[in-house]
Amino acid sequence: MDHISLLLVVIPLIAAPIVAILPNGRIPWALTLLVTAVCAALAGVQLWSIVHEGVISYELGGWAPPWGIEYRIDAVNAFVALIVAGIAAITLPYALLSVEKEIPKHQISLFYCAFLLCLCGLLGITQTGDIFNVFVFLEVSSLSSYALISLGKKRQALTSAYQYLIMGTIGATFFLIGVGLLYSQTGTLNMADLAERLPAVFEHKTVHTGFAFIVIGIALKLALFPLHLWLPNAYTYAPTVITIFLAATATKVAVYLMLRVLFTVFPNGFALGTPADELFIILGIAGILIASVYAIYQMDIKRLLAYSSVAQVGYMALGIGFASAMGVTATILHLFNHALMKGALFMAVGAIIYRIGACRMENIHGLGRQMPWTFAAIIIGGLSLIGVPGTAGFISKWYLILAALEQENWIAVAVILIGSLLAVVYVGKIIEALYFKPALETNLTVKEAPLLLLLPTWVLALANIYFGLNTELTVGIAESAAKMLGAVAK
Amino acid sequence: MSELPPFIIYFIAALLVVATQGIVRKIIMLATPIVTAVYLWQNIDVGIIVTHSILNLDLTVLRTDKLSLLFAYLFCLASFIATIFALHVNDTKQHVAGLMYAGSALGAVFAGDLITLFIFWELLAISSVFLIWARGTERALNAGMRYLIFQVMSGVFLLAGSLVHYHNTGSLAFEHIGLETTAGWLILIAFGIKAAFPFLHSWLTDGYPEATVTGTVFLSAFTTKVAVYALARSFAGEEILVYIGVTMACFPIFFAVIENDLRKVLAYSLINQVGFMVTGVGIGTALALNGAVAHAFSDVIFKGLLFMTMGAVLYRAGNINGSDLGGLYKSMPKTTAFCIIGALSISAFPLFSGFVSKSMVMSALMVEDYGYLWLLMLFASAGVFHHAGIKIPYFAFFAHDSGLRPKEAPTNMLIAMGIAAALCIFIGVQPQYLYAMLPWEVDYWPYDATHVLAQLQLLFFSAFAFVWLNQRGMYPPELRSTNLDVEWFYRKLVPAGVRRVVILLGNAKEAAVSTAMAPMHSIRHSFSQSSIAKYHLAESWPTGSMVFWISLILAGYLLLDTFA
Repeated sequence: MDHISLLLVVIPLIAAPIVAILPNGRIPWALTLLVTAVCAALAGVQLWSIVHEGVISYELGGWAPPWGIEYRIDAVNAFVALIVAGIAAITLPYALLSVEKEIPKHQISLFYCAFLLCLCGLLGITQTGDIFNVFVFLEVSSLSSYALISLGKKRQALTSAYQYLIMGTIGATFFLIGVGLLYSQTGTLNMADLAERLPAVFEHKTVHTGFAFIVIGIALKLALFPLHLWLPNAYTYAPTVITIFLAATATKVAVYLMLRVLFTVFPNGFALGTPADELFIILGIAGILIASVYAIYQMDIKRLLAYSSVAQVGYMALGIGFASAMGVTATILHLFNHALMKGALFMAVGAIIYRIGACRMENIHGLGRQMPWTFAAIIIGGLSLIGVPGTAGFISKWYLILAALEQENWIAVAVILIGSLLAVVYVGKIIEALYFKPALETNLTVKEAPLLLLLPTWVLALANIYFGLNTELTVGIAESAAKMLGAVAK
Repeated sequence: MSELPPFIIYFIAALLVVATQGIVRKIIMLATPIVTAVYLWQNIDVGIIVTHSILNLDLTVLRTDKLSLLFAYLFCLASFIATIFALHVNDTKQHVAGLMYAGSALGAVFAGDLITLFIFWELLAISSVFLIWARGTERALNAGMRYLIFQVMSGVFLLAGSLVHYHNTGSLAFEHIGLETTAGWLILIAFGIKAAFPFLHSWLTDGYPEATVTGTVFLSAFTTKVAVYALARSFAGEEILVYIGVTMACFPIFFAVIENDLRKVLAYSLINQVGFMVTGVGIGTALALNGAVAHAFSDVIFKGLLFMTMGAVLYRAGNINGSDLGGLYKSMPKTTAFCIIGALSISAFPLFSGFVSKSMVMSALMVEDYGYLWLLMLFASAGVFHHAGIKIPYFAFFAHDSGLRPKEAPTNMLIAMGIAAALCIFIGVQPQYLYAMLPWEVDYWPYDATHVLAQLQLLFFSAFAFVWLNQRGMYPPELRSTNLDVEWFYRKLVPAGVRRVVILLGNAKEAAVSTAMAPMHSIRHSFSQSSIAKYHLAESWPTGSMVFWISLILAGYLLLDTFA
């Protein structure tokens, strides 16, 4: 039981090289499926035991913290780990057909190997309680995702992966510089230990500088406007499965890391004394408005959704910037709900790509009638993205608005509502192209997507509705997570 | 059993309609309003309150009093008639949208708190827009999108207002709100958009004429009436509504008289009728509120009837422009008769339904000493008679013979129109049944000598004016033309204005640049070769600009941190 927190990281790590040496075909997929299913189950058990028994502290190799590496699991990271592992487990059944179509056969086992490494890295970031260890896992996940993005079919995938590599490395370097500065002041890398020792040196300029480097490094990873420029290209040209997986998990893990640093590592409301909270509110507002407008003008649906992701990150940044219990609750809720909606939407778009090999606006006219189930999933995901009541998206926006009202930040309230209006426009554009434009000749013979693609899509689509109606689970966890983080109201 | 909110029946029926076809589907569609009405009759009494706890909020999904019940019965009746009218249509999405739309209207009138109201407010918008889009023309797609934007905006105002209201008072109850706070104004704007207040009305005249033949009948019944209901509940007695209402009753007349598309004429006259209701709400006395509600009741039926007759003409003749129609009475005699009954009702002829309800509002104006406004409303009544009472039947069915000989409307349409026409006469002759359902106690009887005489004088002089103007050739002829309404501002003026400003700015910039840049040309040249211009400002090479941004943010942050 105690080893679960370690197993979550070790199982995919060990499975990765095994998958790499398996023959190309369906066996690597089957093993990966097994691993992700086991991880999802373990993450579920882990969250359950956290909720019932409290914080888990696991000493790696028997070395007591703060000298050894400690895995420290509370409601926040257990929840995020479940999102990551759960999305991976839902994506995998979808991957079988999609990967066979998009990845050359001789690279399939390497593809799954990289996928497992990426999963291992993302889970590792959530599990660990050691800030240097975070950097290691950040690099594990980033390096494998560069490789995965470069496997995209189009040639632009290579340049996108390269750009992401450069920028991701800059982000990681910033993070590492910040960690180094903190280490020089405190002599420790354990997050809980840092939280105890940092208040004594809060006045030092070095600590402030280290904080700035860390925050901005992570801001790049979570694609906070205007540091989002790597994201649209990466999401557009990556293989569909990777787009789904990264969109639903990678930025979420970065958001988690940001929360952890802002509120746990730097306790007692340190962030409120720095320009960080204003920075998040200003950049969040700018991101919501500008990225949404960009999304409206995209002709490629994957790219449209990518810009919408940047806008959604803006909402999460707003919640962080409020730095109140309500704001952080909203951010954690949106982190989960956005994983659901973007997962469903990218899966449905992937089904279209599977059938016609493209997803530009002008190629999809009339497909709504040919692929009714895929189309219905897009509508559900789209409504959730807009934040229509009855969908998950409404819940997080609702809490975000409450948080904004609590601080009497009227501009933020207006921006959240305007953002919803802009979302109506860009979601409307997709639906108009799919359903209301006269069908293209070539699209009249297109068949509905295969069941193996539809099932995972609909699991996520229905989850959007389920978590829009039954909010006990998500809101409860998000609230206790916010409490755990010790977010302080102004 | 009595705990079930009635809108659920409609939503379930909408699901069943998706799954069924043919005769089964038709039975389900027809049974839905009947079952709902019976259910309301048997199980739902005044004073029931049902709450569900969602999201730490207690949402009141069912709150009944006489006001909400009256509207609920009205909506059942309206959806029954509209469903019969649409029975021949073989288009799943229209049927589903119609049922969802009517169900949402029911949900909205039973909503006991602002959040529940908001949810159904948005559902009304989303379900109804499909009735416009289903027409399938490019115009309909665009008009539907504009319609949707307006409606969603109304929802946004409602939500914002509700949240501010909650912030101020700690209560979300959907009760009298008033205009003392910002919250009240925000919510009034939300209601005002749906009620087509002046300058907020263009979605109606823009969207309704573009909807399908049967869709317009649904549309005319629900959205504006839900808004009237909401106004009556939250803003009864706010004096500003009297002036808004009178404006609404008067200004559409000018547009209606010159409009060629006869369904658009009806859309304008819909605003005019809603104006009478808003005025009644604004006066706020028991008599006036009863008048507003009663007028909503009769308006749904006679306006539905008129939209149905025009729908039948459009369906058979394929055209609805006054300039291209005429002489249709020869081949569509029954539709003609129904249209005349509808026209008499909307013009408030004694013995027709419009008379018994409109006269209540007029009396209330007199009682409360709004003399000038009473005169304006009299003018509006005369105008109604012109554009809806005479113009619609005259140009469609009589006037010069267009040579068109379309077939009589299909049987289901005739039945629907027949039911509506019968109700128009029944309410007009036996108003005591309608009066008995009204929410407030009031002792009122329309058939006394002053009312009847005043109304008849008005109508006859108005008819005389039409005949005289028409004989002299002074009546505005039916022309194929585009009439400008406020939508012109956002469809033409704003884009054109923005374009002009952009061009002007461009010219100004060019002039400034050419004078200032000449000596700076060499600097600019060297700048364009520099790395900032090449990498940091150009989107196409995002790596450079990302590094630029990240260093900018880091530097800015550290500066702020040090000096602030």
